[in-house]
Amino acid sequence: MSEFVLETKNLGISFGGLKAVQNVNLKIKKNEIYGLIGPNGAGKTTVFNMLTGVYQPTTGTFYLNGEELKGNSQEVINRKGIARTFQNIRLFNNMTVIRNVMVGLHNLPEFKCGILPTILRFPSQYKTERAMVKRAEELLSIFGLYESRNLLAYNLPYGKQRKLEIARALATNPTLLLLDEPAAGMNPHETEELMETIRFVRDNFDMTILLIEHDMSLVKGICDNVTVLNFGTTLAEGNVNDALSEPEVIKAYLGDD
Amino acid sequence: MNRIIEKIKGITWKYYLNYIVIGVVAAVFSALTFAGALPQSTLYLLERMTISIILAVSLGLVVGFLGELSLGHAGFMCIGAYIGGKVSVLLADALGKGVVNLLISLLVGALIAAAAGFIVGLPALRLKGDYLAIVTLAFCEIVKSLFQNTSEESFGGPLGLRTPRFDKQYLFIIGFVLVLVTLAVIQNLLRSKHGRAITAIRDNEIAAHATGINVTKYKLVAFVISAAFAGVAGVLYSFANNNVQAAVFDYNYSIEILVMVVLGGMGNITGTIISAAVITYLNTTLTVVLTGNLAVLKDLIYALVLILIVVYNNAPALKNFREKYNPRKFLKALLKLTHPESKKYADDEGAWARVPTKIEMNEILSTDIVVNESTKNPDKADKGE
Repeated sequence: MSEFVLETKNLGISFGGLKAVQNVNLKIKKNEIYGLIGPNGAGKTTVFNMLTGVYQPTTGTFYLNGEELKGNSQEVINRKGIARTFQNIRLFNNMTVIRNVMVGLHNLPEFKCGILPTILRFPSQYKTERAMVKRAEELLSIFGLYESRNLLAYNLPYGKQRKLEIARALATNPTLLLLDEPAAGMNPHETEELMETIRFVRDNFDMTILLIEHDMSLVKGICDNVTVLNFGTTLAEGNVNDALSEPEVIKAYLGDD
Repeated sequence: MNRIIEKIKGITWKYYLNYIVIGVVAAVFSALTFAGALPQSTLYLLERMTISIILAVSLGLVVGFLGELSLGHAGFMCIGAYIGGKVSVLLADALGKGVVNLLISLLVGALIAAAAGFIVGLPALRLKGDYLAIVTLAFCEIVKSLFQNTSEESFGGPLGLRTPRFDKQYLFIIGFVLVLVTLAVIQNLLRSKHGRAITAIRDNEIAAHATGINVTKYKLVAFVISAAFAGVAGVLYSFANNNVQAAVFDYNYSIEILVMVVLGGMGNITGTIISAAVITYLNTTLTVVLTGNLAVLKDLIYALVLILIVVYNNAPALKNFREKYNPRKFLKALLKLTHPESKKYADDEGAWARVPTKIEMNEILSTDIVVNESTKNPDKADKGE
């Protein structure tokens, strides 16, 4: 077991001649909340997309608990333990809240049940289904969504949709959780609540969290360390307060005068 | 525990309704046949209906639940009809024209159609939306042309394949049994984790990928099962007719099946069954009623009815009328089939208005949510109480 949960080495990608991200070296320890910040278009989401297998990195590689995951498909990476949420919420809108979470439980070994047994309605099908409902209900009550479990996902208010997305990602039983702008579009109250939720997830699910965020109060509030990206390159990294007070970083955010 | 039992009861009723209604219809018509009360034309109509229902329900799996547009369903049916028909011809000497022959033909026809579905699906399902529709459309035409250009000894060529016609009295009963099998397989699949994976792909493919769903696998599963049942319908067709003509399985036929699915409501199996039955009835009746020069009116009336149904279902001006005379509401009241969750709103008519909807979301966002209150009792905060 490596010292770091996630370690990236010179991770980079170029689209044609455009070097979107270059030489990103992240080192995230267990149970850490790590921030990935930077101005718009800095390549933060691109890093997420590489880590989850949406894009294949053109240079460098990354390791989860010492295991190299580069080159795997999204499904495999998810099964190996990286789960994510999206910047613009992507729920299964026409499915109920509980079913959204149950889709997340799909690949867990304890809920294994082949296609033939489900079609022929073997007892194992009913057993799996009951166990899945139970686990999903547990997860939903943790996130305060139990009461709305039979509503369609798109009928949920925004803040709860965010929570549901996190719940669904956690249902896949990851070791590393990637949150892409979890506080986007939230009012200060909701952001406050979200910070509580993120800390709660870290403590109770024994989770390591990497998050992208523009809301600096949230970043300062919960992140242990950050990496600042600008134009696809690392501008600063390390402790939140130190990194955010670097002149380079301030220049990137506020511009030169 | 009681609540869970209640819940299971509520769901069970809803899901078994399809089987019960179809079973009862089949039983009534079987009894009438044995009593000799049904004319040949009705038997023919029933055969057509069962074929249509199998086709529509199986296409519904791909279009309504997987969310991919396939216009090649008639192509798979064509494969089923020709292969099944050929098998039945080959077996006719040894086994006669009985049920054993039919079963073997069905199995072979379904398997070959499923294999075709796999071969077409593997590359085609990488495409999205319109492109997949075009590829499947082309597949349908290719299959049609292939069978039209076979030699006379193998598949009959342009003259069509002569098949031993099954006993007219009883084929529709087998048709109904096959409808039940189709429903059982597809509904059971959809009511499982695999079905959830398939609907998840429809709702948001990117999120399905990120949640670890093997998208390619489930697309193929849905596509292959759908193709297999199209094959079953094809074999049934070959047994219902003396002659299988490839020209029947053109893209118009694919569109007709698609119309059944769309009119029945995509992702709604009961609706699909009803619309398949109604459209088949309409088509067959119009063909019988309108003879001679009037035959040209058939397509016109058919199209007009379709337009009227679509307008009726979607016109905003008719909203009040629809709600007042909603057959579903009537049926639910009759059978007390309310979903357990809706029960708590059913007592209070106005309560439905308080369930948050998309439109109200801005309103919800603009109200201040008290942190502790909303974590403890989320619904309260939603309703703005």
